[in-house]
Amino acid sequence: MNQDLIIETRGLVKEFKGFTAVDDVNLKIERGTIHALIGPNGAGKTTVFNLLTKFLTPTRGKLLYNGQDITGKDSASIALMGVVRSFQISAVFPHLTVLENVRVALQQKRNDGFAFWRSEKILDELNDRALDLLDSVGLREFSKALAVDLPYGRKRSLEIATTLALDPELLLLDEPTQGMGHEDISVVAELIKEVGKNRTILMVEHNLNVVSDLSDTITVLQRGAILTEGNYETVSADPRVREAYMGVQEDEQEGEGASGHIPVVEDTI
Amino acid sequence: MYNKKLNLVLLGLALIAPFILYPVFLMKVLCFALFACAFNLLLGFAGLLSFGHAVFLGSGAYVTGYVMVTYGLTPELGILAGVVMSALIGLIYGKLAVRREGIYFAMVTLALAQLAFFFFLQSPFTGGEDGLQGIPRGNLFGLIDLTDNLTMYYFVLAVFIIGFLTIYRTVHSPFGQVMKAIRENEPRAISLGYKVNQYKLMAFVLSATLAGLAGSTKALVFQLASLTDVHWFMSGEVVLMTLLGGMGTIWGPVIGAATIVSMQNFLASGPLANYIHVLMGVVFVICVLAFRNGLVGELQKVIRKNSS
Repeated sequence: MNQDLIIETRGLVKEFKGFTAVDDVNLKIERGTIHALIGPNGAGKTTVFNLLTKFLTPTRGKLLYNGQDITGKDSASIALMGVVRSFQISAVFPHLTVLENVRVALQQKRNDGFAFWRSEKILDELNDRALDLLDSVGLREFSKALAVDLPYGRKRSLEIATTLALDPELLLLDEPTQGMGHEDISVVAELIKEVGKNRTILMVEHNLNVVSDLSDTITVLQRGAILTEGNYETVSADPRVREAYMGVQEDEQEGEGASGHIPVVEDTI
Repeated sequence: MYNKKLNLVLLGLALIAPFILYPVFLMKVLCFALFACAFNLLLGFAGLLSFGHAVFLGSGAYVTGYVMVTYGLTPELGILAGVVMSALIGLIYGKLAVRREGIYFAMVTLALAQLAFFFFLQSPFTGGEDGLQGIPRGNLFGLIDLTDNLTMYYFVLAVFIIGFLTIYRTVHSPFGQVMKAIRENEPRAISLGYKVNQYKLMAFVLSATLAGLAGSTKALVFQLASLTDVHWFMSGEVVLMTLLGGMGTIWGPVIGAATIVSMQNFLASGPLANYIHVLMGVVFVICVLAFRNGLVGELQKVIRKNSS
């Protein structure tokens, strides 16, 4: 029965000095799906991400990846097993070139990371593969630019290309469209759809248009616990979601006025 | 191509320099330049600020001095002993320090360096306040007498070039790429599956080893290993040299070290002798406030601007 679950959490709890950020979360991600994690600010979405990748250590509970207990592994090992995450703010290597950004990820599999006596020229054989990856996100022509000089939307694309370089089984995307303009959002959404064809994606996302468009399953978190779960129709019809999520959503927008995406709430849920 | 020509010119200058300038002064510059380059490998390319690098310079110097005095080894074996000791201390200190980040990393290295300082102060073999004096330079490979300053200079130049090329290669190696990625964005490097602490430790040990090489060579040049080499002033001075020249640049630490050593040498005999540290402080403040990329860093910026 576990065969089609790529990742599963059992009774996941994270407490910070008396505050429970994640409370008994039992998350089941099915292989090959795009799964969205939504919920108001402070619901614990990013904390769940950090727990899944061991950037935070759970207070209690278990993490299972392909049925195997990975609760005791460190972040790098989990990444090597095929669970690769992105970050809420764009995570590129700013003063490396765009090509080098992707190549660092490709280099991971070569086992020569400690070879300080060899010339970096041996890495040039990765360039073709790196350029292909850059092609797939439309960044090929920028390959020689420094990542820091890219506009925001392209940095996020570069981040996705870098993540794909590891050929992960499970991609964790933390707010991939955050802070983007309309055009960038549709580009990234297309990209996620494309990428999701042959792997599993779990994403935290605020933009409900993107969520409804892409995800097979949606999990709604509220105050660290799972409120409900299901496909878009089920979730959006749930009165508790309408109350909990949207009620806060409006407050949130006042507080977050600058974040750039103001979805018309009535239209999207 | 341009760089190759420049390097040849610099090599030519280095070869004729001892006929124009005092060889001991030049050797001092080379030793400190190597020390600063080793430090820069850690700070500029791995993004780790060690505030206790003097311990590696000093232990290299003491161990080389000790084995040369006691066992009468040839200089290359003496240097090897010093370098191995610095690498070992680097391994132990590095293991402890890389568990922490930022200011805590700096504090751990400082604390460990102080510990070593008092060890060297109290140990009988170091000569305490007097230091180890009269270290023989010996015969290189048992053949070439290094007593003559000119011969010694060319030996030191060779050591410097070996150290410098090692650093250059390290920066431009597969390891160097990962090191830079960790400097640029550590969480991202972790999320790509890199066990960053192992890479940091590697960078730390390499840096300590090369700092030890600088210390061992310096002990032979001055035929002296003293507490100055392990004092935290020295750890501060190497930070100053690196920042002044330009951290994260290949030539920056060399220029920085040359500038500071020249200042010290010129001022020591002049009317401002008592104000050396004040002047260096002023230089440091100006450097941090006005040109944060250091001399070489600013120069590179100008060149880049003109070429684009």
